[in-house]
Amino acid sequence: MEQAQKEKEALISGSEAIAVACKLADVDVITAYPIRPYDTVMQYVAKLVANGELDCEFIVAESEHSQFEIVKHASAAGARVFCGSSGVGWMYAFEALTVTPALRIPLVAMVGNRALDDPGAFGVEHNDALAVRDLGWLLVWVDTAQEALDTALIAYRVAEDRRVFLPCAIACDGAFLTHSQALVKIPPQEWVKAFLPPYNRGDLLLHPDNPITVAPQVNEDWLMELRKHNDEAMKRAKTVVIPEAYREFERIFNRSYGNPFFEEYQTDDADVVLVGMGTLSMPVKVAIRQMRREGKKVGFVRLRWFRPFPAEELAEVLGRYRAVGVIDRDYSFGAPHVSGVVATEVRAALYPHPSRPPVLGFICGLGGREVTVPDVRRMSDLLFEAAAGRAVPLTTWVGIRE
Amino acid sequence: MDAVETALPTQQLEQIKGVKKAPLEEYFTSGHRTCQGCESALVMKLMVKAAGPRTIVLGSTGCMYVANTTYYSTSWVVPWMHTQLGSSGSAGLGTAAALRVLMRKGKIKEEPINVIAFCGDGGGADMGLSAISAALTHPQYNFLILLYDNESYANTDIQLSGLTPYGAHTTFSPPGKMKRLLHTRWKKNVAGMLAAGHPECRYVATVCASYAVDFMNRVRKALSIGGPTFIHSLDPCPKGWDYDPMLSHELGELAVETGVWPLYEVENGVLKLYGRTKAIAEKRARRKPVREYLIRQGRFAHFTDDDIDYFQAKVDEMWEKWLIPGVIPFRKELEQDRPPV
Repeated sequence: MEQAQKEKEALISGSEAIAVACKLADVDVITAYPIRPYDTVMQYVAKLVANGELDCEFIVAESEHSQFEIVKHASAAGARVFCGSSGVGWMYAFEALTVTPALRIPLVAMVGNRALDDPGAFGVEHNDALAVRDLGWLLVWVDTAQEALDTALIAYRVAEDRRVFLPCAIACDGAFLTHSQALVKIPPQEWVKAFLPPYNRGDLLLHPDNPITVAPQVNEDWLMELRKHNDEAMKRAKTVVIPEAYREFERIFNRSYGNPFFEEYQTDDADVVLVGMGTLSMPVKVAIRQMRREGKKVGFVRLRWFRPFPAEELAEVLGRYRAVGVIDRDYSFGAPHVSGVVATEVRAALYPHPSRPPVLGFICGLGGREVTVPDVRRMSDLLFEAAAGRAVPLTTWVGIRE
Repeated sequence: MDAVETALPTQQLEQIKGVKKAPLEEYFTSGHRTCQGCESALVMKLMVKAAGPRTIVLGSTGCMYVANTTYYSTSWVVPWMHTQLGSSGSAGLGTAAALRVLMRKGKIKEEPINVIAFCGDGGGADMGLSAISAALTHPQYNFLILLYDNESYANTDIQLSGLTPYGAHTTFSPPGKMKRLLHTRWKKNVAGMLAAGHPECRYVATVCASYAVDFMNRVRKALSIGGPTFIHSLDPCPKGWDYDPMLSHELGELAVETGVWPLYEVENGVLKLYGRTKAIAEKRARRKPVREYLIRQGRFAHFTDDDIDYFQAKVDEMWEKWLIPGVIPFRKELEQDRPPV
């Protein structure tokens, strides 16, 4: 790519980074409804609209349900759309969230991860976004403001690819990412244009020139076939479209994310590894650096894409270690081994692998509680115990007042 | 910069002068599975006939979704899309917003396209009310929300809705040994509420498909005037109301003639009664007793004379004591409401 124009650098939060991505992607219809912490993204969008930097229909809705239904229909009529929510607001929209993938609407949304009420808590917990894991949404967790901006652009490219046409939620840890500023490289418009083709709904466009009927009743006659179509779309996203998008991103933006699906940190010679999503990578990486100085070989795998889940790739990596610890910033009451959602998924991914290390689940940092360096050290100690063959509980709540 | 963003141009649809001047083309045709005598199917047919081919129709969940759009046998000639039960307002708003921005950015050809989102009484008066109310506050988008009101959740076995009349027998309000009337709430005044509460909404009307030309002309006015608009249609339902399907038209007429269903339109804030309702208000026609309307319907078969008298008294109150007969319910003095026990 000809790089006549250069990237600019700005000190912005994760939320602002996604708002900037909306501007770069020339989004057509955006709907907003307040709930912390996601709503900051809409405050930045509103400023961009007010200042004439982003030409879109910016509609403040009267509820999350309406917010998501408005963009669903706008997308069906051919508009590139953006929306989002947090915590119980995301749950209020749930009906709209279920139909969005079923109608093959490539909506890109931001989830500012927040604990579900009651009791009220503003802080991060991943249960809100994870609630749509079985509905056909693409789900990606980001760690930094830079990754948030880049991933939003990638999300449009993947979601709007005709081979996919599924909605994509970008999960950003509430406060830790939505509200924290960092230096972010903002690519010039031309690069984004080269990377992101215009949204083309093709023969699915709702327009008088293309008089189709969208979402009629199918009953038992066709439902299974349509579900299978969505499944194929999700598979294509994983095997073809997501890797392709990251390769193109690297070529145009000169920024590489390596393996699109997960990041590996000091895993080469590790004995045990931790697995987690989102911003907890910071305390985990700090703790790992400390422990490495003490000769303890701990590595870290940060999952990005949760749907599609990179089961084979993850099993290939995790199968090499003597013990695996999954840090869940969520909880699934009554789940296998009373664990978090990610631990259950990682165990399932490892099951067909010839080498199956013990997988420990750690419940940590719920409701925005800090995941501390001593917490990470405690988890690693338990992993080494398990690696030595000693009996360790399969699920441990870490950092909880006893 | 403009302080108020203006709406896009709309199609200027001429008023239809007489039934022989109505367009012959149908955009809601064969392939549907509505009941015999279904007035709501007629509403769909007249609505889109009035609107014409450059129209997008959005239908929220209800009998007009389930019966009309079986996979592979849609009855819609114009583009049609399902929306969730409570989302007719959002569907109209989102579609109109997309058309507006795509035309502004030159991504699609600029032309007036009608957007109509319909909902049943459950979707319109119950869960969808907040979305409709919100949608009507956006003057820069052109769309019509049409509420087809058959006074029950007619798709799911006739359950009562916020618009089911007082005392009616539904599967959620069966007359029993202990309680003769399980449903004792009075029907919501949706059109009045929306007209009064949404000053930016330039057109609100009540209609009845028994008066087909009037009906189509109300739809045409709503689509031509610009901005968000709202029409509330009362649709007799043979299954839910329990009467011989051949009586559908007659029941629609009786609803108007007895004053249970006043016909009016609020155009740019000016209220006008029309049709039979206007004749009644001007004393050119007699308001028929509600008994004639009620006794033709099985859903009121359990009514005693006292119930009918109470119903009549409430309708009389609408006509004699309301600020505007049958439309605006405010009164200077409140009187006691005494339902028969």
